Amino acid sequence: MSNSPVSDGKLVGKAVRRREDPRLLAGRGRFVDDIALPGMLHAQFVRSTVAHAELSSVDVSAVRDVPGVVAVFTAEDLELGDIVAQLGRPLSEFVPTAMPVLARDKVRYVGEPIAIVVARDAYAAEDGLEAAKVSYATLPPVLSEEAAFADGAPLVHAEAARNTLVDVSLFATEGIDGIFDAAPCVVEVDTRTGRQNALPLETRGAVAHWDDREEQLVVHTCTQIPHQVRTVASRCLRLDERAVRVVVPDMGGGFGQKCVVGREEIAAAAAALRLRRPVKWIEDRKDALSASFLAREQHYRARAAFDAEGRILALDADVVCDMGAYSCYPFTAGIEPLMASAEMPGVYKLPAYRVRGRAVTTNKAPTGPYRGVSRPQYVMVMERLFERAARRLALDPVEIRRRNVITEFPYKGVNGITYDPGSYLESLNLCERSVREEGWYEKQAAAAAEGRHIGIGYSCFSERTGYGSAAFAQRKMQVVPGFDISEVRMDTSGAVTFTTGTMNHGQSHETTMAQIVADELALDIAKVRLHQGDTDRITYGFGTFASRSITIGGSAVRLAAAKLGDKLCAIAASRWGVAPEEVELTEGAARRRNAQDVLTYEEIADIAYLRAHLLPKDIEPGLSVTATFDVFNDGTFSNATHACVVELHAGTGQVEILRYVCVEDCGVAINPQVVEGQCRGGIAQGIAGALFEQVTYDAQGEPSATGFMDYKVPTAHEIPDVLIHHLETPCAFTETGAKGAGEGGTIGAPAAVLNAVNDALRPTGVELDHTPITPETVHRALNGAPSLESSS
Amino acid sequence: MNTDPVVTHPDLQLITLDVNGERHDVITEPRRTLVDVLRHELRLTGTHVGCEHGICGACTVLVDERPVRACLMFAAQAEGSSIRTVESLSEDGGGELNDLQRAFSEHHALQCGFCTPGFLMLAEGFLAERPDATKEEIREVVASNLCRCTGYQTIVEAIDACATTRRRTCATPCDSPAGKEH
Repeated sequence: MSNSPVSDGKLVGKAVRRREDPRLLAGRGRFVDDIALPGMLHAQFVRSTVAHAELSSVDVSAVRDVPGVVAVFTAEDLELGDIVAQLGRPLSEFVPTAMPVLARDKVRYVGEPIAIVVARDAYAAEDGLEAAKVSYATLPPVLSEEAAFADGAPLVHAEAARNTLVDVSLFATEGIDGIFDAAPCVVEVDTRTGRQNALPLETRGAVAHWDDREEQLVVHTCTQIPHQVRTVASRCLRLDERAVRVVVPDMGGGFGQKCVVGREEIAAAAAALRLRRPVKWIEDRKDALSASFLAREQHYRARAAFDAEGRILALDADVVCDMGAYSCYPFTAGIEPLMASAEMPGVYKLPAYRVRGRAVTTNKAPTGPYRGVSRPQYVMVMERLFERAARRLALDPVEIRRRNVITEFPYKGVNGITYDPGSYLESLNLCERSVREEGWYEKQAAAAAEGRHIGIGYSCFSERTGYGSAAFAQRKMQVVPGFDISEVRMDTSGAVTFTTGTMNHGQSHETTMAQIVADELALDIAKVRLHQGDTDRITYGFGTFASRSITIGGSAVRLAAAKLGDKLCAIAASRWGVAPEEVELTEGAARRRNAQDVLTYEEIADIAYLRAHLLPKDIEPGLSVTATFDVFNDGTFSNATHACVVELHAGTGQVEILRYVCVEDCGVAINPQVVEGQCRGGIAQGIAGALFEQVTYDAQGEPSATGFMDYKVPTAHEIPDVLIHHLETPCAFTETGAKGAGEGGTIGAPAAVLNAVNDALRPTGVELDHTPITPETVHRALNGAPSLESSS
Repeated sequence: MNTDPVVTHPDLQLITLDVNGERHDVITEPRRTLVDVLRHELRLTGTHVGCEHGICGACTVLVDERPVRACLMFAAQAEGSSIRTVESLSEDGGGELNDLQRAFSEHHALQCGFCTPGFLMLAEGFLAERPDATKEEIREVVASNLCRCTGYQTIVEAIDACATTRRRTCATPCDSPAGKEH
């Protein structure tokens, strides 16, 4: 970046209007189901109706006779390789399991795909499903952590003893037991969180076809990780990677569910390859609810020791994550227990720590990442421990946090992680002040006098967002995400095309990343255009997850733009016979400092491409540059404090949210409106987990959630307006000063809501530690009936 | 897409749909839903399918100017009605966004944009009927549809801002139900 000017900040930091909006608002977006190819066929899956069984026989002969059906394939027909997610840990810590693309000998959850039916349209494909005859030799299903660990429990995977896929014990501080023995205050929590669906409104889907001319299998699919889908497709289908092209159109949300490789898109691709005809698969909502990747079902037993002033002395935690039937690719079943184990201490100065994290496999739909990944759960644990200690020690809930948050940076935690500067105390103070200034404490007291139940709850957290290769390598992932590559290219008209290896699914990349490039090149944003989501166009990428797009992808974009700026300066300098340092870029042109000489970008590009003989020998023709970016330390941490005010209704047990305040610090906000959108959307999903959404299973392993009548997604009735305050602690480790902003809302909300409900329940003496908090639970608490939690 | 050229097929029928002011003759199975015919036969893919059981509202279109779930209606049932989809909102064939669409953009009322056509048509139909709707009434109506990205606040604000502007520009009683700026 030596020669090109530093961004003059014209667009970064401003609420630039979204460039993706016009097409989406006009109905001209292109989502995967909008793609139609000549001769296209439609696929649906025969799925298991039982949770655990040997497949006795799969007879699909009658399917072929159904009008409109063109073909049907079972695992035997397609002979595909399995999807195997790996961690580089010893067998005592991680057991890899194979996920066949179509079930072969055994089924492990209701909804597992067994055969793919291909027909002239989706209606006929569904007709075909009904003609499939599958015989099962049923096995007892394993449906809970307790059942999975029980002596003599049936095994979901023969290779995973005690149904344990991951079992890691980390950070056992020497002498920790003595600290607990001597501490004046020890509190415990036992928290459980419900199994949730990330639930993008656009279900999963793919359109695959063989391109004879390119000798390529082209797979249009809505995925957050196009390059990893390509890798799996090429391995399962035994093709070179160059013979697979994954293209991602507009995506109707993902939230983590689309950042793992699904079996259905591989099966649809295999069918297209066999039939040499385009095949479309669009998941219906029933399958999306019950058989796509779920998340969040976790159980924590934790205790914490405090001194008499409320300072935390030690934390001892046992984490169990119910990962369902398969380990997801590429993250594996380690994603949740390893995240929780490493990062549970959060924003607090914790001197002693011990944790065991386990992933258990059960006969339920497999889980994958979901916005926040374990952080909503462990933040809930920490925040419940502090609330409980505050009660025990008769301290104010905000004051006990104030005494414990990290205030000096960089801070090296007991978990071995170095935290970069944040605003932990400032955000807590500002959040509390905001709630006080709106008079909620007075309203609470007045309501109590009338016999109403208003509660105020807080949560404090930080979230690592700058996961570079180093941070993921510590987790011993065999696919180590981290870096990103960007190419920036200028054409002869002076217009710029640039790429990112990240993948937008609602986060406004086309706008925010263009803001970065436009500033860096002092160019009108209208002249700048992003390309993403095409494995033939993008050298490589790890897609979008862990709030990495702006931190890592945006940094690569800025570096590449700066490199192009350097080249523009160098060409102009060579024309004027001056040093590149004497050239500056402003308003779409190179200008010689303290002189009248100007070369527009069009003029420079004209030289670079059309009259390359004018270039000096040391400058290559063309205006295309690439840059990579990685974070080589422990990453960067966004932080926030959330406050929630609730009222409990004694008659119905309903929890009504009266106010929600969020103080967030994601470093430099490239586009504050986009950041606020991410906060609000995340908080809505966090509230959904706290109060509404849960997939449960009956005794046979049949999932409860097969439609929106059974799975309560909150509407504008249930989600309150959110007041957002911004703090800005610029990040030293990213090129943009930004930290990630995608997940925080989801992380902070469950704990804030739970604490608010518990505050409202204070007069009853009941404390709740499980989510979702059902009206029945609240009703029982308010009306003096025994709690349901102890029995669950 | 049904590509079989079998007009005499017993499962096929000819229906006529009036969509965005244009007449379409469609040969289709009677079991096909309105949203599938709009999307896959007429290639009006702006209307989206989110749940196929009438809850999420992503498929909301106007039938005789009233918002309906196009996944709960067979295409054949829409014969004789006037249907409007999101493609009808933009002026001069999609070039210029109308005031409601612009309000959505100004208020960041969309992120992934998948549910957006449904919310736009819901709001378009509602505001035509209730131009004086309060913000609370708008929130009630917004609660008809699901959005997974925005937390709804900005959708409510966008519709409210659009309604307010329409009222301001129609200081005298406004006879344009769509309330387009004039």
